[in-house]
Amino acid sequence: MSNQKKVDSKEAFNLEYTVSPVASSVNPIIYNQELCIGCNRCAQVCQCDILFPSKEKGRHPIVMYPGECYYCGACVMVCPNPGAITLKHPLMNRAKFVPVK
Amino acid sequence: MNRSEYKWPYANESGMEEMVQSDVLVLGGGLSGCFAAIAAARKGLSVAIVEKGAIEKSGSAGTGFDHWESACTNPCSGVTAKEIAEAYVREQDWYSNGIAHYIECREGYDRLLDLESFGGKVRDTEDEFVGAEFRDENTKLMFAYDYKNKFTIRVWGSTFKPALYRELKKLGVKIYERTEATGLLVSSDSGGTVRGAGAMGMNVRTGKFYVFRAKSTVLAMSRPARVWLFDPDLTGLCEFRPMQSIGSGHAMGWRAGLEFTMMEKTVRAEFSAAGRSFPPYGAGNNHNTWYAATMVDARGVEIPYVDRDGRELKTVSERYYPAPGQKFFLKGGVIDNPKYEYRGPETLEFDELIKRGYQLPFYADLSRMPESERKVIWGMMIGEEAKTKIPIYQNYTDRGFDPSKHMLQSYGTGWQSANFLEQERQFFGAPGGVMHDWDLKTNVDGIYACGDQLYASDCAGFACATGYYAGRKASDYAKTVGLAEINSQDVQAEKERLYAPLYVRSEEGITWKELNSAISKAMQNYCGGVKCDSLLLEGLDLLKSFEKDIVPSLYAENPHDLMRTHEVMDILTVAQIVLHASLARKSSSQPLCFMRSDYPEIDPACDRKHIVLRQEDGKPVTREVPLDFFGDLEEEYEKRNQRYIREEAVHHE
Repeated sequence: MSNQKKVDSKEAFNLEYTVSPVASSVNPIIYNQELCIGCNRCAQVCQCDILFPSKEKGRHPIVMYPGECYYCGACVMVCPNPGAITLKHPLMNRAKFVPVK
Repeated sequence: MNRSEYKWPYANESGMEEMVQSDVLVLGGGLSGCFAAIAAARKGLSVAIVEKGAIEKSGSAGTGFDHWESACTNPCSGVTAKEIAEAYVREQDWYSNGIAHYIECREGYDRLLDLESFGGKVRDTEDEFVGAEFRDENTKLMFAYDYKNKFTIRVWGSTFKPALYRELKKLGVKIYERTEATGLLVSSDSGGTVRGAGAMGMNVRTGKFYVFRAKSTVLAMSRPARVWLFDPDLTGLCEFRPMQSIGSGHAMGWRAGLEFTMMEKTVRAEFSAAGRSFPPYGAGNNHNTWYAATMVDARGVEIPYVDRDGRELKTVSERYYPAPGQKFFLKGGVIDNPKYEYRGPETLEFDELIKRGYQLPFYADLSRMPESERKVIWGMMIGEEAKTKIPIYQNYTDRGFDPSKHMLQSYGTGWQSANFLEQERQFFGAPGGVMHDWDLKTNVDGIYACGDQLYASDCAGFACATGYYAGRKASDYAKTVGLAEINSQDVQAEKERLYAPLYVRSEEGITWKELNSAISKAMQNYCGGVKCDSLLLEGLDLLKSFEKDIVPSLYAENPHDLMRTHEVMDILTVAQIVLHASLARKSSSQPLCFMRSDYPEIDPACDRKHIVLRQEDGKPVTREVPLDFFGDLEEEYEKRNQRYIREEAVHHE
């Protein structure tokens, strides 16, 4: 049903991809390396694809594009080890609650 | 970390090309796309589905949704599909998707039972809410809003996407994840008839290029976003729907000549947590997921609920029943300030509250509600709806919030806790989209649409029901045709378009964020709250100059960046559709939230119509369609779906 071929192009698609964490004013995803087993389930499901697997086995993923976080919590939902990932809202979005009157 | 420390973790497959063939191709793996694929697979056809994220958690309902609207055929329902679909049409002054709403009302509950059979949770099987007023003891179904008529069902939607993902795999659907669809393929035969031939796309981790050939194609992608609202720092929070849902399906549809309607409709923004609102459902309110929470003012004085006649309601229970003489009321996703006929219980208007001495800020105080109502709002609805399980329920609980002891603040004067400017627009409240016929077919043979790509779409039930329906009709068509020829020049041109930003040198390039900022500023300036021809033309001129001068300078260093860059190129296309649609309507309109300074007359009879728009040879072409083009909803549906009614529909009688 499918066939693959390498395209010959004089443009030569031999570019090297580069990537480095993009700075943001926020840290939406915080890993606890004590609890993280480095399974990369979070990176697997993140629909914004902001989490990149660590090069080091067993280490937590890298939050490569923190500003692109949609704050859905899918990463926390699939994490096998509760507490390994914390989702933190930007300070300005922490709604206030008070004791009932 | 610097550049040398971290290498791209995925394979570099730029320049690789894969050709995939299937009977039916589905673009978008949210609720509607999954159901389209399931419908086609059940018919025994080969199916490919393309999703930019990972299906298990992708799309607007990726992490959940809490209430299923218009389940008119559930065994407890006190209303008919015809009643509710027609009510929606009237409520929205006929700028409504009658066809899709009827499909939702008629088949939605069948899809809910499908979800249950796939392992989703749709009833209180653990007997957590035994005895609650909203729970039916026989079926264990739980209802929201109108407890008399019971047509909105509370569901555990966080179980749904994983269940759909498992079902796709079980049915043998070919799944292409982390793959963006970027362009439709169309072919014309010797007689000049155009039909869909498939689509093209790119893997967003490896850069591999795909050609998907199919007999029919279903567009199941998102509504547009980030056209007016952009924040280069908190980009993921710019809009209500997910970061990557930005309307690429609309853009590729436009390029392929598909027809759109109501694209001139936009509302003053309601949700942008990067700016003037809070995390959705995360501030005190009494709408939607929070209906009908008890609200109090700054002094702790309870804010009264009234029925449509202004009669004050004394008990919490009364908030869930129609007024004397009213058969049913409407609440939910697109119902904002309903007409008298459909208006349900609501707290007193803000102006009246201030007159009576109520003081800001207001709070939601669930401690004053019966325990079952408190628990179902905080713990089930907040927990299952959209992105509430972790961001709201767990997060607030960790911060110490206890709904029996604390009240949650509401911001500003409305329940949305939002404070946007008139020119900050958003596609919300049943916005425009793809025009279609009774088969959910577009104007191009072999191309169908569903969910948020349809005009005047709304919620999850709408997405699932129209997805399945479009998948079914696309399958019927696929059985009658062979694969259409594809044009290798189209493929080559798309490949060059997609990869071009990789070849721009970073020091000379423009980033996607810079272009998105410029587009949203231009749209706020030229296509804001009040529009006029000269401003709209000015806007078009500027966007065209972006296309000509800026797009060739866009720069990306890897496939992730490239995906974001393609998204903004699509936003640029969508912005132009909006300008063309706005220019085409020469009057103002209340239901379209469309105000013109040069044509101030509101909804003149001669303009009460769809202005349907498409692109031909680079120019916009319009035609007019009557607002009631769909005819009698029940009759027209039954004419076309006898086989479904006989073989697939769930019958309760």
